[in-house]
Amino acid sequence: MSVETQDVESDGAKVPLWNDPKVRALVSQAVLIGLVLWFGYEIVNNTFVNLEKRKIASGFGFLNTTASFGIIQTLVPYTEASSYGRVFFVGLLNTLLIGGIGIVVATMLGFLVGIMRLSKNWVVQKVATVYVETLRNIPLLLQIFFWYFGVLSALPNARNSLVLFGETVFLNSRGLYLPKPIFEDGSGAIWIALLVGIVAAFFVRRWATKRQEATGEQFPKFWATVGLVLGLPFLAYLLSGLPVSVEYSTKGTFNLSGGLQVIPEFVALLLALSFYTASFIAEIVRAGILAVSHGQTEAAHALGIKNSHTLRLVVIPQALRVIIPPLTSQYLNLTKNSSLAVAIAYPDLVSVFAGTVLNQTGQAVEILLMTMGVYLAISLITSMFMNWYNAKMALAER
Amino acid sequence: MKTKILAIAAGAAISMVAAQAASAATLDDIKKKGHVQCGVSQGLAGFSNPDDKGNWTGMDVDVCRALGAAIFGDATKAKYTALSAKERFTALQSGEVDLLSRNTTWTATRDTALGLNFAGVNYYDGQGFMVRKSLGVTSALQLAGAAICTNTGTTTELNVADGFRADKRRYEVVAFEKADEVVQAYDKGRCDVYTTDASGLYSQRLKLANADDHIVLPEIISKEPLGPVVRQGDDQWFNLVKWTMYLMLNAEELGVTSKNVDEMKSSGNPAVKRILGVEGNFGENLGVGNDWGYNIIKQVGNYGEVFDANVGPDTPLGIARGVNALWSKGGIQYAPPIR
Amino acid sequence: MAGQSKIEAYIRTEMAPTMPPPASTVGIVGWMRANLFSDWINTVLTLIGMYLVYITLQTVIDWAFIRAVWTGEDNKACLDKEVGFHVGACWAFVGSKFSQFVYGRYPLEERWRVDITFLVGAVGLAWMIIENAPYRKWVAIFMLALFPLMALILLTGGNFELSSGSWKAFSLLSIIALVGVAFVGVRAQTKGSDFDLSTALMIPAAILAYIFLAYFLVDFDFGMAPVETSQWGGLLVTLVVAITGIVASLPIGILLALGRRSEMPVVRMASVIFIEFWRGVPLITVLFMSSVMLPLFLPEGVNFDKLLRCLIGVALFSAAYMAEVVRGGLQAIPKGQYEGAMALGLPFWKMMGLIVLPQALKLVIPGIVNTFIGLFKDTTLVLIIGLFDLLGIIQLNVTADAKWFAPSVHNTGYVFAGLSFWIFCFGMSRYSIYMENKLHTGHKR
Repeated sequence: MSVETQDVESDGAKVPLWNDPKVRALVSQAVLIGLVLWFGYEIVNNTFVNLEKRKIASGFGFLNTTASFGIIQTLVPYTEASSYGRVFFVGLLNTLLIGGIGIVVATMLGFLVGIMRLSKNWVVQKVATVYVETLRNIPLLLQIFFWYFGVLSALPNARNSLVLFGETVFLNSRGLYLPKPIFEDGSGAIWIALLVGIVAAFFVRRWATKRQEATGEQFPKFWATVGLVLGLPFLAYLLSGLPVSVEYSTKGTFNLSGGLQVIPEFVALLLALSFYTASFIAEIVRAGILAVSHGQTEAAHALGIKNSHTLRLVVIPQALRVIIPPLTSQYLNLTKNSSLAVAIAYPDLVSVFAGTVLNQTGQAVEILLMTMGVYLAISLITSMFMNWYNAKMALAER
Repeated sequence: MKTKILAIAAGAAISMVAAQAASAATLDDIKKKGHVQCGVSQGLAGFSNPDDKGNWTGMDVDVCRALGAAIFGDATKAKYTALSAKERFTALQSGEVDLLSRNTTWTATRDTALGLNFAGVNYYDGQGFMVRKSLGVTSALQLAGAAICTNTGTTTELNVADGFRADKRRYEVVAFEKADEVVQAYDKGRCDVYTTDASGLYSQRLKLANADDHIVLPEIISKEPLGPVVRQGDDQWFNLVKWTMYLMLNAEELGVTSKNVDEMKSSGNPAVKRILGVEGNFGENLGVGNDWGYNIIKQVGNYGEVFDANVGPDTPLGIARGVNALWSKGGIQYAPPIR
Repeated sequence: MAGQSKIEAYIRTEMAPTMPPPASTVGIVGWMRANLFSDWINTVLTLIGMYLVYITLQTVIDWAFIRAVWTGEDNKACLDKEVGFHVGACWAFVGSKFSQFVYGRYPLEERWRVDITFLVGAVGLAWMIIENAPYRKWVAIFMLALFPLMALILLTGGNFELSSGSWKAFSLLSIIALVGVAFVGVRAQTKGSDFDLSTALMIPAAILAYIFLAYFLVDFDFGMAPVETSQWGGLLVTLVVAITGIVASLPIGILLALGRRSEMPVVRMASVIFIEFWRGVPLITVLFMSSVMLPLFLPEGVNFDKLLRCLIGVALFSAAYMAEVVRGGLQAIPKGQYEGAMALGLPFWKMMGLIVLPQALKLVIPGIVNTFIGLFKDTTLVLIIGLFDLLGIIQLNVTADAKWFAPSVHNTGYVFAGLSFWIFCFGMSRYSIYMENKLHTGHKR
């Protein structure tokens, strides 16, 4: 019986067990799992043994300990009496701030330079080329040093600040001082109005698009949006009795005090990150626009669509499909590169949490894992969002 | 792919570095590998500073040289690893260095939660402030509202916060990772005040464009006892480091210097005889030769000589002995007797 | 007749002389009209652009040449108050520190070792890049197999004094491996399959021989003074980190890319997680990890050199990027190639090694070069963990050397660093573009 079965099998496939692809796949995967587990176990085990043997404190209890050091820029209330956990939060927000603003500035600059590189004007085109070829071939860290130690520190010192707009805006080597709006009681109406305005603008635009598709009639979408988003809050501001006052910076013994201070570390990092990333975005934009075949433009012109509409309705939507995937990775790079803040004391996550807190508590494993986890999460969320957006853009294709 | 990585790592580990054991017997390991591996700063004049050719000098470096002399009878048998503030404790804990001699402040946290032992104090320091003369500031109490540059992750950053917090004074602290960046930022006018250990202020002042335009304020706002650090759990090595430092202090007290050490060997003073290993077997008890004291003083010098050569009044740093004078001369440097 | 001759009288019998095109459309004027001043917007842009160029050139020339100081022994040569004018570039500083920028604190009398390494590396690389150069294959083998070994021994001094235990363990392992292969081969032969024992043994034997050679050479005492990695610095560290990173990341990256496209779910998951993890975190945290966390991962008594720890971090980091580059190449290979290889009965590794990878890797040469440029620039980050690469050593010299302290020295140092990096990166990017164009022609429809 059993002999027979064997014969049948060997007739069906004369493959010895170790040459059967299925068996091979299973075995190699099992080996891989085993190796990974063993590797992970070794690391974790070693770490625990080492921590214990070297009598290093471990665990996440330190997050509740008082930090007792100052941070130069905090978006949420923070004092020296706050905990290390709060420091983590402050650092995270600072990272997100520089990342968010950097992405906006870099995108605008990158699109500008990318279009300049395609200009028919020889001088403009060459200026853009030199910009791209210079900035993307010099290390970012060096560029951060350049902006911070080279350019910003060449500004006048605090006592001889540049005064702009009649004593309202000051600029010196300690930063840019802007008037700070103070929202007093009753200013909640303004925020509600803003929210209402945005929501209303969204629906108006949707309605306008539908109507245009149905009847061909155009609606001044742009001005309607401006009116709703800006006008409504302004109206609320007037109606609720002008509840917003402005605080100006005043000169103290050493520095200006009061007002909204934009620290030079932030400015230097922002400039360096955006100029550097813009040089890559410019190339992406250029490639994207070149990827749209010239026939598309010609066809649009033949249909009598005017130049600006051709660009906005025909070229850019098609170019975006090519542009978005590499653009996403540039955004991620910018966010990750913001960690170089540590070199110029901008208090981002790496600088205050993986820097100062790590130095003080010595709990390298916990702190670095948390820091890396944050960047990983930012990366994954951004990729997910961009994949979704990408899919949406791709659907527009037939 | 993991196996590949592992293989590479393992191969590299075997070939590139001779594995060093960070086990209990540090001294045996040192004797086996033939040198003391010493963690020092990345460059702080007077304490640990490399020249263009990579030769290290300074007070902290002399602790390592003294250990080289004690163990091998040769002060050059010490090698140096430059460590940032962040890496220093991990490097010691992991056994990458045998000893951390890197102007490190002795605090309760470091002594307990980090699993370290401070072997003593080779420099009593305190945190000071440096400002531009042109500001017209004469006291640290006038610094409310100032921008302050300092090093991140050091005790100084905490002291500033404590000091200003206690008085509810406003301030703005800009904390950099590396000392050089702090100096650069202060020099370029980012801050009004540069604060760090007073000794550091003197040494960093040399790097400013016009050192004479800056003054160090008289107030010292903290205690910063700086000293060499070892891992917990190795008493023999801990003792050797501790007593090497005490020996240099005792030698100064007894007037034994690198110049007169040969004559002193025949001195009638029993205390001197004990130090130089003519009498007693203190060296053997510590696990080194009995002539350890002679070698240290001959090749490195006593504490006073080390101080004067590296940071004293005749050096560019020009620091007076102050609290670092011997207890018998009005300072607080006091060593238990060798007997 | 007469009519005809009348008409003929109106017809020109010779060609009208060609008139030159209007002066405004040819030559410099024409080019300028077309490209610079076609309408008023362009005219304004051109003028603004030209003004920008003028200002930049004027500043640069003034700073770098007119107000520059070329010779001097210390900062006196470059201080405004000593020389009596506002000093621009202080090239004297670069001149006096140049050897430190290249070698760091590598001992003076041993620097010939670095020189030889640089020279062999440069010649070998140039040889591989130039097409039609003879013996390219052999040079490539030398560069990949022997050069790293040679560089390691020359730079560190060799003589690692490997323990006899590792020798024994290694010999035992290799014997077991060889016997195993032979056993499988013999069994296969007795079963009558066309298994060729000698070819099957050749590759493992060659690898083993290489490892034996490497072990022997690394262990051998050449009588060179050992130079610790803490003494390395400057361009040497930059190149060591960048080149080791890229060379080590290539094989790992290929494996990861294959893993990510594998049909085995576990392998695919593992590859994806590995790649996304390293691509998701900033290099600086990787370097922090390798400098403060890695020592905790290792068992008691095992200790890595600081530079080596940094190299491991950099290699794993760039391997993830390399994997994505290689994956792009694998995806670009038409399915027919895979199917053809399978139809010929080639097993997986042969299909990849002989058919797919050679094509895919050739396609992604520009991508590899671009990854290398990125890595080369990123090596500057090692200064944050206290290794002195080119930028690190320049920063150290401008901030920490009192003998050379002057504001102009500061700027000169950073400009010199920028210029050096720019030359390297720009050169490589040109090569990448050249390769891209060359490869494109081959695949144009």
